[in-house]
This record gives sequence, C-alpha cells and structure tokens, in this order.
Amino acid sequence: MAARVPVPLNGTANAPVNDTPNGTVNGTEGGTAGAQPQDAVRPAATATGTAAATVRGLTRRFGDRTVLDGLDLTIGRGEFVALLGRSGSGKSTLLRALAGLDEDVEGALEVDGEVAVAFQEPRLVPWKRVRDNLTLGLTAPDPAGRAEAALAEVGLSERAQAWPLTLSGGEAQRASLARALVREPGLLLLDEPFSALDALTRITMHRLVLDLWAAHGPAVLLVTHDVDEALLLADRILVLDGGRVAHEWTVATPRPRHRDHPDLLTLRAALLTALGVTPEGPA
Amino acid sequence: MSVVELQGELGGAVRADPRRRPRSATARGPRRGWHRWISPLVVVLLWQIASATGLLPARLLAAPSQIAATAFDLVRTGTLPTAIAVSLERVLLGFAAGAVAGIGLALIAGLSRTGENAVDPIMQMLRALPFFGLIPLFILWFGIGETPKVLLVALAVSFPLYLNTFAGIRGVDGKLAEVARTLRLGRAALVRHIVLPGALPQTLVGLRQSLGVAWLALIVAEQVNADAGLGFMINDAREFLRTDVIVVGLLVYSALGLLTDALVRLLERRALVWRREFLSR
Repeated sequence: MAARVPVPLNGTANAPVNDTPNGTVNGTEGGTAGAQPQDAVRPAATATGTAAATVRGLTRRFGDRTVLDGLDLTIGRGEFVALLGRSGSGKSTLLRALAGLDEDVEGALEVDGEVAVAFQEPRLVPWKRVRDNLTLGLTAPDPAGRAEAALAEVGLSERAQAWPLTLSGGEAQRASLARALVREPGLLLLDEPFSALDALTRITMHRLVLDLWAAHGPAVLLVTHDVDEALLLADRILVLDGGRVAHEWTVATPRPRHRDHPDLLTLRAALLTALGVTPEGPA
Repeated sequence: MSVVELQGELGGAVRADPRRRPRSATARGPRRGWHRWISPLVVVLLWQIASATGLLPARLLAAPSQIAATAFDLVRTGTLPTAIAVSLERVLLGFAAGAVAGIGLALIAGLSRTGENAVDPIMQMLRALPFFGLIPLFILWFGIGETPKVLLVALAVSFPLYLNTFAGIRGVDGKLAEVARTLRLGRAALVRHIVLPGALPQTLVGLRQSLGVAWLALIVAEQVNADAGLGFMINDAREFLRTDVIVVGLLVYSALGLLTDALVRLLERRALVWRREFLSR
C-alpha cells in the first residue's frame, strides 16, 4: 500500500530527526556506551530538523523469502551509521535500495541530497583513467579541478592518469572513495569497502574515511561484517535481524577511538551476542 | 577441412580472454632468434634441389627460384599490382558493407530486448547457412560482375562481427552498469561510456576473425567467373599449367592476410591500452 517514493535529488522537508526512529532497544543492551545525544564529538552539522535519509516500512521479497520486512530507519544529517547483521540479513539489500539500485522494494524511501556508493570491489571503470572515473557523470562546474582536489584528499594525485587495473587494492578503493565524495553526497553508502583489503591497509582506510567524513560531513551508512570496524567508526550501530532493525546502540566514545576502550569492549560483547556469537573470554 | 567448416569455426564467438593473447603479439619475445629460420630454409633448399634434379616436375610445382623470378616479372609488367588492386578493392568494399551491417545489427540486438527478439533469431538461422553454397543463387540474382563477389565478402564478414559484438555488449559487467546508475548516467551516457567500450575487446576479436574470413570469401568468389584480380590470375595460370604464377598468387593472399591481421593488432594495441599496461606488468 505504501507508495514507493523515488529518491529525490534535492531537499524536501522531512520528519524531524529522531534518535530512536523505530522505538527499539536503543542503548538498553548492556547500556554501556550510553544513549547520549549524538554528535558531542564531531563538527558536522546534525539534528537540523532534516534527516539525510528516511525509510518507512521498507519491504523486499525475493520469491517467498522476505528479506526486509517493514523496516524503518532514519539517518540524521552527517551521522555515521554502521549496519551489522548476519549473512542474508538484508544489509546489502537495504543499501541497494537506498542507492536506488533496487526497483522492486515496497515502502517509502527518501534521501536528502545526492547518494554516492563505494562498493566492496572498487568497481572503477577499467577503460577510463583514474581521473576520468571521478569525473564520469559529474555535472558540477569544473569537474577536472574537483577531481584533482578529491584525488589529492585521498593521496592519489600522482595516480590521476593511471589505468585502474594498474592500481593496488588500497589505491583502487581510495579512488572509489574519491569518486563517491567528489559528488559531495548528502548520503554516502559504503558496502563493506574494506573487507577485501589487508589488515594494515584497512587501518589506514579507517583513518582516511573518518578524515573525509569530518571534512565533508555526509551522512554515512557503512555495511560491514566487522564488529570492530563498526565500533571504531560509527556514531550509531544497527543490527539487522528478521528484516528489521532489531538492535541499536549509540556510541558516544570520543574519536579517535582505541579498540581497548572499556566502553567499546562492553559494547562489543553486546554486539556479538546480538549477532548470535558467544563472546570469547571475559568482557 | 572445407572452407565451409573453417568458416563455421571462425564464425563462432570466442570469448575475449586477455590472457589468451599470444606472446608474439608483444613483438619482443626471446623466441624470435635466427634458429627459427633454419627449418623453413632447409625445406626451401630441399624443394629447390628436388626441382633442379627433375624429381619435382614444374608441371606439379615450380622451383622456388622460378617462383621468385616469376614474382619479379609479374610485378615489373604490372600484372600483379593490378590484380592486387582489384582484389583489395573487393575486400575493402565487402568488408566495409559487412562491418556496418554486422556491427549495426549487433547494436540493435544488444541494446534492447525488442531488438534482440527481432534480429537475433534471424542471424542465428542465417549463421547456420553454408553461405559459400549461396554462390549459385548470387549468380542468378546479381549476375557475374563485382556485386556477388563483394556481397559474398560482406556476408562472410558480417557474422563474426555480429556474433562477437553482440556477445561483447551482453557480456559487459553488470556491476559497472550499477556504478553507472549510482553516478546517474543517462542511457546514452551508459552506452557511450560503459557498454560500447566494454564490448570493444570482443568486437576486436570479431574483427580479426572477420578479416580472415573476408580473404577466404574473396578467394572462393574469385574462383568463380572472375575476369580480373588475384583469383583470375590464378585461374588463368592453371589453364597454362603455370604453377609458378599460382604459388605467387597464393603467397600474395597470405601476405595480405597477415597484413590485415597486423593492422588489427595495431588497432588493438591502441584501443586496449588500458588492458595492455596491466598485462605487461
């Protein structure tokens, strides 16, 4: 019944931001990091009365299987949200719906501003040089200048003229991030973009993403399998189960975060329990 | 192996695997040493001896020295250049017509379901047709002038290009198409930036196949009622048992075939530079 609303390009007045959009167990699980108001930490503007993305009653069926079942979600402007869930819980389905890549979802979906996506595989267009990958489809004035600035930000200036197939995994993923950010999106969707990288590169990429996020202030939805990644990066962590947001925690620990921070350790245990994994050792 | 079988083989769409490219394509392999020339030279030497001792009569096969002399003669008198020009024109015209038709139909079929339903079944059926068998019909329809020869080349060329370009378009990575959607590319931009460049490697495979078939089709077409060109020169020589002229004609066919193949390789190297640097790493 709920009409599917096409994702608008530019600002429509939305419902005010609500810290607990679907009224589920916010901060009650372990109650560790505390359900404080978000953004004590970060310069980016939030809670201005408009959400970056609002999802109401999102449902997606594949044949008989209902992957998303009336999911509600609000992402505040400039908010960094991490989305966890077991395999097949619908994380990627939700991301694809927000990216406008899924025509067959039911429910209401509204995004304020541009949406940009960085996928798990960098998905650079192999026959376009790195810089031309960034300017592809870019309608803003001075695309070349913006592309160069974005490449400088991710430390790839000297690779601007390189062919994507000659990049290392980390370089390609940075180029993919630059291509997403050069559009100055209101919502940045990250689909496990670090999972294929080696551990050291991943640490570098985490820092880079936080820097870029602080500089540009988009709302971020990070789909990940990595509990620690979510704890290190996000303002809010959601666990998807049964086609809905089943658990939700606000992480108020100031950045840069260390994974041994006591709040994070306690939250980690709670998260693993929510994901159906028995935490090892004393929390 | 009959020409028809050979055509069928060449006409099939072979996946363009970047790694399948022969090493010689890079033109600086270590295997280009002089010792590769020993065995061919020995064969030519034995051939010359066999001819000189009368073991191999000129009626069956002329001596290499005789062939060289004849080639020089044919060039000097202008017979060979004229024949080459006539044959080359037939191939170029036929190739151009066949390429436009093959690639054009592949675009129609590749870029929309309606187009595919309209074009592909017919092309798949025609593909099964042994089209060198069409020569009698072509003669009835178009007479014995240039038209049937050019059309035969065009027909031969269009199939490998159609099949490979169509497969290339459909083989474009769907993930890149998704990227294009997230970058808000319109349909025209999607085709221009993603689909066509993505299909290009496979189209170039088709181009190489089609040029090979083009020469084959020309040879067959020129065996039938030609009054000029390389085929005519060869047929004419047969009447007079001039095996030296026949061999010269065959050598020219091979040389032209190698030349067009080299041209495509050059084109590949320029067009697929994004892949070459990756492969040569």
